[in-house]
Amino acid sequence: MAHGPQSGFKRWLFTTNHKDIGSMYLWFSFAMFLLGGCMALVIRAELFEPGLQIVQPEFFNQMTTMHGLIMVFGAVMPAFVGLANWMIPMMIGAPDMALPRMNNWSFWILPFAFAMLFSTLFMEGGAPNFGWTFYAPLSTEYAPPSTTFFIFSIHIMGASSIMGAINIIATILNMRAPGMTLMKMPLFVWTWLITAYLLIAVMPVLAGVVTMMLMDIHFGTSFFNAAGGGDPVLFQHVFWFFGHPEVYIMILPAFGIVSTIIPTFARKPLFGYSSMVYATASIAFLSFIVWAHHMFTVGMPIAGELFFMYATMLIAVPTGVKVFNWVTTMFRGAMTFETPMLFAVAFVILFTIGGFSGLMLAIAPADFQYHDTYFVVAHFHYVLVPGAIFSITAGVYYWLPKWTGNMYNETMGKVHFWLAFIGLNLTFFPMHFVGLAGMPRRIPDYALQFADFNQISSIGAFLFGAAQIVFLFNVVRTVMGGKKATDEVWDNPQGLEWTVPSPAPYHTFSTPPAVR
Amino acid sequence: MATESSYYVPEQSRLPIFATIGLFLTAFGAAYWINGGSAYIFSVGALAMAAVLWFWFSAVIRENMAGLNSEQLKRSYVWGMGWFIFSEVMFFAAFFGALYYIRTYSVPWLGGEGDRGLSNMLWEGFESNWPLYVTPDAAAHGDAAKFVGPKEIIDPWHLPLLNTVILLSSSVTVHFAHVFLKKDKRQAFNIWLGITVVLGALFLFFQAEEYYEAYKHLGLTLESGIYGTTFFMLTGFHGAHVTLGTIMLLIMLLRSVIAHHFKPDDHFGFEAASWYWHFVDVVWVGLFIFVYVLGS
Repeated sequence: MAHGPQSGFKRWLFTTNHKDIGSMYLWFSFAMFLLGGCMALVIRAELFEPGLQIVQPEFFNQMTTMHGLIMVFGAVMPAFVGLANWMIPMMIGAPDMALPRMNNWSFWILPFAFAMLFSTLFMEGGAPNFGWTFYAPLSTEYAPPSTTFFIFSIHIMGASSIMGAINIIATILNMRAPGMTLMKMPLFVWTWLITAYLLIAVMPVLAGVVTMMLMDIHFGTSFFNAAGGGDPVLFQHVFWFFGHPEVYIMILPAFGIVSTIIPTFARKPLFGYSSMVYATASIAFLSFIVWAHHMFTVGMPIAGELFFMYATMLIAVPTGVKVFNWVTTMFRGAMTFETPMLFAVAFVILFTIGGFSGLMLAIAPADFQYHDTYFVVAHFHYVLVPGAIFSITAGVYYWLPKWTGNMYNETMGKVHFWLAFIGLNLTFFPMHFVGLAGMPRRIPDYALQFADFNQISSIGAFLFGAAQIVFLFNVVRTVMGGKKATDEVWDNPQGLEWTVPSPAPYHTFSTPPAVR
Repeated sequence: MATESSYYVPEQSRLPIFATIGLFLTAFGAAYWINGGSAYIFSVGALAMAAVLWFWFSAVIRENMAGLNSEQLKRSYVWGMGWFIFSEVMFFAAFFGALYYIRTYSVPWLGGEGDRGLSNMLWEGFESNWPLYVTPDAAAHGDAAKFVGPKEIIDPWHLPLLNTVILLSSSVTVHFAHVFLKKDKRQAFNIWLGITVVLGALFLFFQAEEYYEAYKHLGLTLESGIYGTTFFMLTGFHGAHVTLGTIMLLIMLLRSVIAHHFKPDDHFGFEAASWYWHFVDVVWVGLFIFVYVLGS
């Protein structure tokens, strides 16, 4: 294993190194984050005032669709896989991922898949315009021709995710250093193990549902067509059977990151490690039996409404365990507030707000009022932006000195945090109000009384966008140089990754470390 | 666990990027083809993909024969195959789940039963039945209907029963092959594996004949409403998997006969293929029960 990095582009095209692949995942996801963010800004610019100013409704619909797809599949998921690639081998004392060539394949599929998805914007009839949930029959009978390309890009993205997940499971189960028992694993590793299981379980279902769409569109089947005996609601069931575990795929690794960062800056061990593990597993299990809470208004039998309502509320229990554990970890800790900790603390507070609005939505009779309004948009952006995105950002700041060997600029980090924090709350908090007042989602125009809150949202969105420029600048500067980081970087952080030099050598743990 | 220090991390490799290009051309080409373009891009992509897989598996086999693979590394492949099969299980679960939903909920609802029975007003005269010989479309619109149900369906107790016997036997024969391989009885291994491949091919032949019958004489097609939809999608994807499994086993047979691969204690390539074979067998049992027997 003497081979070091090659020079030039070949290093990145042909690499089998988990750190190279992790970096590529992270850069790719950041690029997609900016691309999806630009689409969000198109949406917010149009919604700055009532009436149609900037874009046509058809294009607006394409923007909401592509924004969602790119953020979910292009930004959040690859970012977590990038962090997993970088950190899991180092955290468990493994020399690399279990299947390094397949690892590279999993990554390289993504740029091609998203190039294909993005190219639909330039096709005749425009890009997919039916929302990221692509409900039939909007996505079948009434879909633009580019939908076929959308379907196949989902297929290869799914292949990438499944291979990535298999790799992560094989790594965690097979490559731990001697003495690294399951219940000694860092929580980030635990949460990823469970996330990978979710991915393998539901990505094939997504492949199944887009295949049904493909067949309905082109080969005369009638899965989602009542004329032939099918049912459009079937689409929603199959889609959300994938879709609900998918939202936990986007948050469980975030729990792992936050559970790693808070103990470091509270200078206390994590409170309730094993309960965290069991809570994560419980959430994963529950995620399979709550999917129809996305469909309360579709006309399910009352027994279905009740079952999915109570099962959904049950998720608040393990999630509450986690929140209490984080708070208790901080309780009477010697806390400092470096940038990763700021993002982590904001995560705990704002994710909890998103969790509470989720509880409101879980109440079936109340959901009849909230369904398809901006309240839902506010809810899931509160769990995804200060949830998934903040945890990823926190993780990047936390491990960046280990990756690059240089400290990032703390002041700039704090500026980034406060801009992002204020920006996102300005953007998404007013959406609760307009949603409760009845403003529907995915509409390019709205009634006059919603104008004030929408203007605040739009200003907040551009502020949040600007914050990311600070982030990009800070990261690039740190990669280029800066104050040297020590091996430990922080004040006595836990984990094997801090026992190797900063920057981490190209190959770590070629000989497994001893784990106490 | 002394093996950790020798976990083989391969050198830089061109395989993944070529595999990506192959997969991309296949997927993009398929979409282009289905949307009315030529099949050219798809064909190039599929060929490239096949070539990459050939070289990739060759590389892995070469590494193993050169003794680079520790016991620990081999376990990674075992985990990999196991979880891959689990992902396939979930793929079929989506289609079985769709069949369950349609039979238990949506078709009865369309026929006027239960909580959502009001939708029957849209399809006057439609009655809930399974097999669905008369689609809602046909019930409401008669000859003008786009989706006309099948005239007849496949009788489970003829070809499907025969295919059940064939496939179940093939699971046994592939197990015999495995037993003889572990006892280092090369010839018996080859024979039993050969029989398995023949049984797989035989299954596919009868499946093709069944499809021919369905299309030619029974009016049972992909377009014949939800019965044809679920029937062909479930059996079709299963058939595709049997095809793949047969190819996998055939390659294992050729590797054994021509190149004398596999040792009594080191043959995961074969074992993975046999796992896959048992998996398609189990899926078939599900199909036979839920699609053929309970569907008629």
